[in-house]
Amino acid sequence: MAVRRLAADQPTTFAFSADNRAWAGREIAKYPEGRAASAVIALLWRVQEQEGWVSEPAIRVVAEMLDMPRIRVLEVATFYTMFQLQPVGRVAHVQVCGTTPCWLRGANDLKDVCRQRIHGDQHALSEDGRFSWEEVECLGACVNAPMIQIGADTFEDLDRGSFEAILDALADGRPVTPGPQTERMRAAPAGGLTSLLEVPEADTATEELPPTGSGDRPAGALDAPRGDADDLKKISGVGPKLEGILNDLGIFHYDQIAGWSPDTVAWVDEHLKFKGRIDREDWIGQAKVLAAGGETDFSRRASADSETD
Amino acid sequence: MSELRTVKVDGAEIDVPQDYTLLQACEAAGAEIPRFCFHERLSIAGNCRMCLIEVKGGPPKPVASCAMNVRDLRPGPEGAPPEMLTRSPMVRKAREGVMEFLLINHPLDCPICDQGGECDLQDQAMAYGVDGSRFHENKRAVEDKYIGPLVKTTMTRCIHCTRCIRFAAEVAGAPDLGATGRGEDMEITTYLEAAMGSELQGNVIDLCPVGALTSRPYEFHARPWELTKTESVDAMDAVGSAIRVDTRGREVMRILPRTNEDVNEEWISDKTRFIWDGLRTQRLDRPYVRRDGRLVAATWGEAFMNVAEAVGRSSGEKIAALAGPLAGVEEMYALRVLMERLGSPHFDSRPAGSVLAPKNGRASYLFNTTIAGIEAADAILIVGSNPRHEAAVLNARIRKHFRATNLPIALVGEVADLTYPAEHLGSGPQALDALLAGEGAFAGVLAEAKRPLVIVGQGALTRADGAAILSRAAALATNGERDEGWNGLCVLHDAASAVGGLDIGFVPGEGGLATAGIVAAAGRGDLDVVILLGEDDVDMSALGSAHVVYIGTHGDAGAHRADVILPAATYTEKSATYVNTEGRVQMTARAAFPPGEAREDWAVLRALSDSLSATLPFDDLNALRGQMYQAHPHLAAIDGIAAGDLADVRALAEAGGDIDPAPIANRIDDFYLTNPIARASAVMAECSALASSTLAAAAE
Repeated sequence: MAVRRLAADQPTTFAFSADNRAWAGREIAKYPEGRAASAVIALLWRVQEQEGWVSEPAIRVVAEMLDMPRIRVLEVATFYTMFQLQPVGRVAHVQVCGTTPCWLRGANDLKDVCRQRIHGDQHALSEDGRFSWEEVECLGACVNAPMIQIGADTFEDLDRGSFEAILDALADGRPVTPGPQTERMRAAPAGGLTSLLEVPEADTATEELPPTGSGDRPAGALDAPRGDADDLKKISGVGPKLEGILNDLGIFHYDQIAGWSPDTVAWVDEHLKFKGRIDREDWIGQAKVLAAGGETDFSRRASADSETD
Repeated sequence: MSELRTVKVDGAEIDVPQDYTLLQACEAAGAEIPRFCFHERLSIAGNCRMCLIEVKGGPPKPVASCAMNVRDLRPGPEGAPPEMLTRSPMVRKAREGVMEFLLINHPLDCPICDQGGECDLQDQAMAYGVDGSRFHENKRAVEDKYIGPLVKTTMTRCIHCTRCIRFAAEVAGAPDLGATGRGEDMEITTYLEAAMGSELQGNVIDLCPVGALTSRPYEFHARPWELTKTESVDAMDAVGSAIRVDTRGREVMRILPRTNEDVNEEWISDKTRFIWDGLRTQRLDRPYVRRDGRLVAATWGEAFMNVAEAVGRSSGEKIAALAGPLAGVEEMYALRVLMERLGSPHFDSRPAGSVLAPKNGRASYLFNTTIAGIEAADAILIVGSNPRHEAAVLNARIRKHFRATNLPIALVGEVADLTYPAEHLGSGPQALDALLAGEGAFAGVLAEAKRPLVIVGQGALTRADGAAILSRAAALATNGERDEGWNGLCVLHDAASAVGGLDIGFVPGEGGLATAGIVAAAGRGDLDVVILLGEDDVDMSALGSAHVVYIGTHGDAGAHRADVILPAATYTEKSATYVNTEGRVQMTARAAFPPGEAREDWAVLRALSDSLSATLPFDDLNALRGQMYQAHPHLAAIDGIAAGDLADVRALAEAGGDIDPAPIANRIDDFYLTNPIARASAVMAECSALASSTLAAAAE
């Protein structure tokens, strides 16, 4: 960043357009009485949107509108590098990102193009006054490096050729399309997908499960609950997902779990793909309490939660 | 004052108010904290990082002690007092690191820097700097900025403490300075490098901890260690700011402020500070006598003989004397005694038309609340005055109080930018009648105020209806319920001699003529001899054929008209008493000798009295003072104030009188050229030209 000064050649006056003046009035009205200075950045930005840059007369006008000392407005205008303090190209002011990722991906080429086609120096107008350029810090799309910004639009995945094509189009007044200048879709991998090529295997265990009622189904499994199914989620370790799996396996009631034999546990474990979880979390013990109509610490909390929901 | 809290500083426990910063707490405990950006009278910036200390139990990093309150300290384990360390290895290392960063871009130009020898950075580099640099890159260089004829900039030396910015915005009330850019490219400047617009701007020179802002007139003139420092009192206005006069040989090299919390805190106006080149130029260094229409150099004997002849041809009632704005109390006393011995009642020290008189009591002409008392006020009414020009430092005090309390301030008279908002109630004195009648919102404010200030300027008191205005001001100050003992009538004088002259009764005796009357009588030929004691402000062309004796220091209007010139001493060249506008008796000290054959004023008068056969009854200054103190005992209490009597103000309020609805004009139209010394100063002339061109540009 270099020392930022006001441009040597300044217009004699500045005035907001009628629309912008009305807008500025609304902007100032957002702040409490005596705090109009809070609107300084908004107003300066609107100046830049109107004129392309912030001139000295504009600083005076803004200072007067906001009842601020001029030096305070100058402080703000020179502090923020997004405020252009000298005239910019009528057609385009090209901001080239020169931060590391863009630099690695060829930002220097883009800067060379700027130097050749616009001006050897940053912030200087091209001979016809239609273009200017500057190097800026990260523009925030490193995945699409290198990139430039023109006005509100960003152009990514550039190289010398595509950048020159944009400049040509702008010079001829043809429309340009912002975004990546390659075949690439937004930030998707260039040259097509390199991962997630197939539809990933869903993590639903049911698809692999043998259909319920298959041969090795242990004794005690039911085809349907006896009346209303118990809320298996009251067992610590069982969530809605596992409850569904257990139901599919024909397990609906606490007493069923309470009565599991080690073989059954092994069988269920196989289907749950959580090795050892049943023992670790003592589902059988919990189920025994719940089957007897009692409450475990977890079930108490679980029911309290569902009530408060 | 908030509750006290016990803290531990370097192992010693101390009780400090909760609202102290850690820096203040450490200082209260006797620890010395280096700092650049922190200043007691400015807001806290916390950006120089030099005041880092270690807070036990705080964050595991040094803390900027200027920017943290004692209130915010966490207690130690088991409720023990929080502990701060100012000399721990961590602190030392942190400060050395800060110093190394500060010195990276600071030029090593101390040998050619005017700040050398009195530079905070230099001093602190001795304590915390290292002898070598580890920085091998290019140093930053910054273009110098023009910010006016008084303050010279060397911006490469700037360490971005922002004291000057804060001073301009907060104390001076002229937010001209700012910091553009950021980071390494931050620069202190004014908008488009225009000159600063404050009459207090010289104070940024003292505030600048490095040599970035130095005195332009003093540039490369002297080194601080070769100057003789004399503590004295300023005579440029009636505030009586405490100053230090630095001399080399017999020349005054510069004038700096001293701290006097009751008067000027630590600020002085630009006129006070930069007047010193006027002390050397246009000086009257030997007696002159007018022969055949031309002033020719003469000896003291010839000059005295000339006066004696003129006085001998005349009689007492045809002799008059006027004392100017810089006259000390001693010489006015001596001149008064001389006039009485000559049998003349015609002498005056007041500006033409002034209605102030000792017979109304001391309270009728003092700034009764005192200057420090401004900070107790709850409403201020200014009548016919621009305090910014008549007493710049006092105006800063009003602004300080306004910033602290947002008190209502109103103005009657000329509209001016006072650096704080003042509601304009009208230009003529009828606005005072409206206030007395209870019309308008401010009348209500004034009626309900417990400690109002009614400041009356000389612009209002030198009018034909001045007495009526003063009476109304007194009524506004005393009407209604005021705090016990509150005397809100504040007469603001603009001349250092004003209150002293009134105190010793240097006003017309019985049947005597006042200033305007003396001038008129001289013009009519009713007066033979007019003695001007440093008086240059009356219309010299109106003095007719009177034999004019000028006792003074500068070749100004009075000397040009004079028939005899008796060269005297300026306020830096004599020990003289001045009584400031609040009635504070202060004494100057002699910092240098008068040039050539010039002598101290009282000695000139004593010698003159001899040749007039009216020998004054004292042979030295102490004898003079002895007699003066006997006649006016309150003058003996140096730095004391003999308070006025509230009853006098009440009596004044009863006086009434008719007013003239014409607008009240201020007396001072050019702040920089109010007295002969200022008019001889090239620096003041430049400031004056700049101010009037700025004014002209603003009018377009």
